[in-house]
Amino acid sequence: MAMRKILIKIIPLAVAALAVTPILVIFSSALQPRGELWAHLIETSLPSLTINTLSLCLGVALGTGILGIILGWLIAACNFPGRRFFSTALLLPMAIPTYVFAFVFLGLFDFSNPLQIFLRNKFGIPPFDVRSIWTVCLTMTLALYPYVYVMAKAGFTTQGQRCLEAARTLGCTTQSAFFSVALPLCRPWIATGILLVLMETLADFGAVSVFNFDTFTTAVYKAWYGFFSLSTASQLASILVILALSLLTSEQYLRKKMRFTQEQSHFNRIQLAKPKAILACTFCSIIFCIGFVLPVIQLTLWALDTTALELSSRYLTFSTNTLLLGILAAVVTCIGALALAYAARFQHTKATQWIISLSTLGYSLPGTVLAVGIIAPVAYLDNLYVDIASLLTKHPAQPILQGTICVLLIAYGIRFMAAAYGSIHSNMQRITPSMDDASILMGVTGWKMLRKVHLPQLKTGLLTAALLVLVDVMKEMPITLMTRPFGWDTLAVKIYELTSEGEWERAAIPAILLILVGLIPVLCINQKTDPV
Amino acid sequence: MKSLFYSVLAAIISFSFLVPTTAHSTEQEEIVVYSARKEHLIKPLFDAYTKKTGVKISYITAKANPLLERLKAEGKNTPADLLITVDAGNLWHAAESGLLQPVESKTLTTAVPENLRDPQNLWFGLSIRARTIVYNTNKVSADELSTYEDLASSKWKGRLTLRTSKKVYNQSLVASLLEQHGPDKAEEIVKGWVNNLAIDPTSNDTKAMQAIANGIGDVAIVNTYYYGRLMKESPELPLKLFWPNQNSTGVHMNISGAGVTKYAKNKAGAIKLLEWLASEEAQETFGALNQEFPVNPSVAPSEEVKAWGSFKGNPMNVKVYGEKQADAIKLMDRAGYK
Repeated sequence: MAMRKILIKIIPLAVAALAVTPILVIFSSALQPRGELWAHLIETSLPSLTINTLSLCLGVALGTGILGIILGWLIAACNFPGRRFFSTALLLPMAIPTYVFAFVFLGLFDFSNPLQIFLRNKFGIPPFDVRSIWTVCLTMTLALYPYVYVMAKAGFTTQGQRCLEAARTLGCTTQSAFFSVALPLCRPWIATGILLVLMETLADFGAVSVFNFDTFTTAVYKAWYGFFSLSTASQLASILVILALSLLTSEQYLRKKMRFTQEQSHFNRIQLAKPKAILACTFCSIIFCIGFVLPVIQLTLWALDTTALELSSRYLTFSTNTLLLGILAAVVTCIGALALAYAARFQHTKATQWIISLSTLGYSLPGTVLAVGIIAPVAYLDNLYVDIASLLTKHPAQPILQGTICVLLIAYGIRFMAAAYGSIHSNMQRITPSMDDASILMGVTGWKMLRKVHLPQLKTGLLTAALLVLVDVMKEMPITLMTRPFGWDTLAVKIYELTSEGEWERAAIPAILLILVGLIPVLCINQKTDPV
Repeated sequence: MKSLFYSVLAAIISFSFLVPTTAHSTEQEEIVVYSARKEHLIKPLFDAYTKKTGVKISYITAKANPLLERLKAEGKNTPADLLITVDAGNLWHAAESGLLQPVESKTLTTAVPENLRDPQNLWFGLSIRARTIVYNTNKVSADELSTYEDLASSKWKGRLTLRTSKKVYNQSLVASLLEQHGPDKAEEIVKGWVNNLAIDPTSNDTKAMQAIANGIGDVAIVNTYYYGRLMKESPELPLKLFWPNQNSTGVHMNISGAGVTKYAKNKAGAIKLLEWLASEEAQETFGALNQEFPVNPSVAPSEEVKAWGSFKGNPMNVKVYGEKQADAIKLMDRAGYK
């Protein structure tokens, strides 16, 4: 019984305590108000920021939702030429960071690119500005839809087709079976995907600043970098936290209404008739081309131009650093998320729900703000340790925490807990409670139950979680910048250095490498989660 | 197979925990630098210094404000000896937050002109970044241009392209206008600029220049090194630099610079490095790496930079940009400059 207590109480609580600390730090620094700055913000920019942020969220949620569901359904439930290829291919845009998408998009379509110059010379179309709310939404949709796609696909695949078959035997058309059976059954997965997308959108700084599109996050940065008021920045960030919290709560509410479990079964896909199959194939190709091929071609062209200037053997280190940090962070985060998911499974209390929600909020915070929330307590502990140790030993002691990889990994864990938790939890819900009862009857409990009963069934969820975290960590910039130990430069850090001085073309080399390194996890894990 | 996997994993993990220990300056010789100036603009200099003196330099680069926050949090246990950053405003804030210590050095005070360093010698400029006017030679002749202030007049309606007000370079420029003209006049000027915009503010200087080269607007305000870089890539663009305010205040100048941290463990080493960075030997490279102007008056700019001609710079002390930054941003917000 003691084991069980550790497993479902103490470990999850420890994880939650770690995850909640930076958020508390941010909230507490938000308690020192600077009234005049707020008055200024409300008077000048806050109304438009709110509208911008909300419309961006709405646009991206709709865009990624529709795209993710359609593609997920096509790949999971239908059969058409190229399906297996697209099953993987449609995931690939995930390897491209949103900010890279944004600068490639502008590089391709703004006034100084070949396309506009061609239109100008051939048809006399005057140069035009492509930056608008629509193009921001479009860019972010293309960058983020894989989150919904991968979730929806997993949902449609694992829900089994017996329900669908039953529905069709009862006289439903494919169409109505989709809307009245498949889609509702898949809702928790889709909701998880969209939730992740929304949290990413709220926290995004890179892409929106390329478009010079003002959101809450740009205001957070402005308050900090321009007004040098970290407390105002924290207050603005706290609004983001509250927004995310309300999103999480509504998702949980949605989820509670449908508790269901289905074992995985073999899926007989719907064979699409020829015209429909061609349509499906074309649609997938278009998305794949715009979302992956086009940006990669543009980046490659830029990279070729700057190889001599930029490429050096140091990029090998940057790449291995990136991958190594990603893998370590994925392991750490998945263990943390598993602990939380376990607590959620065995403790149906309100308090548990709240603790978990709070623990996953890091995903919606701008990375830099979260990094401050982490650095401050770490430095505090270090200074405390140095004082005490110096006092005791009469020798000056060295700080032991700051600037270590340990802090960086914990920071990643806090930032990406939501990404890991979502898919592990969704998977966990599909393991029937009767399984637990059966294993308890057989005397299999605690660690043994986790290892023998749950882990094998959680393979899909764990791998998806690891993939999400790995890819996210590799693309992550602000936390890596701020908390990395000496010598741990990654590809994302390199991209930051080059783009921040406006050298977009030179940044193509680290960007391409980042995509290549990112393809490794995307490809190998997709193979494992994708039933043939 | 499984045990192999675990042992490899264990090896990787223990290895990665061992690596960062070099960060703390165990040898007295090592200098630790926090730099907001980009790696590729400082690493060649650090390498040269190490080669010359044998002193090892560890550095970490990040944005200015997070670095300041890190310094603040680390307090007296910080490993950093020297803080390098761009923009005078950031240096001023570092000094205001008590993160830097004064340096008494004859070498530095002679190498760095008075208006480009802190009056208490808390920080020193190391390169000059001039923010000036660029125009499309097909649509504007140089004699139409005169001052930053003039770009607010109605003759430039629909012809001006600006970078976002969120960039500190514009905040510093407006801070200098505030100092020069007072709040009312300065706001009028910025409002005039906003009225004259040909396009929503761009995310960077290069985009602003590409816009005017492609016929969206005729003039832009940019840092010279962006111009230098763009023209190196596309020399065919019809763009030229213009030095404004030559009969009045002079061209707006910002700096990149450095200061010794308050709790530097290797203060002597940091000062030596700082002095070397301001010396003739290093100044040539420091500016040339990014086509900036050296601060040291006895060092000539690189050939490329020299070709843009000489100009009269604004003699205002750059610390004003820090003092007036918040007011400048508020002013730009009120004027609707995004």
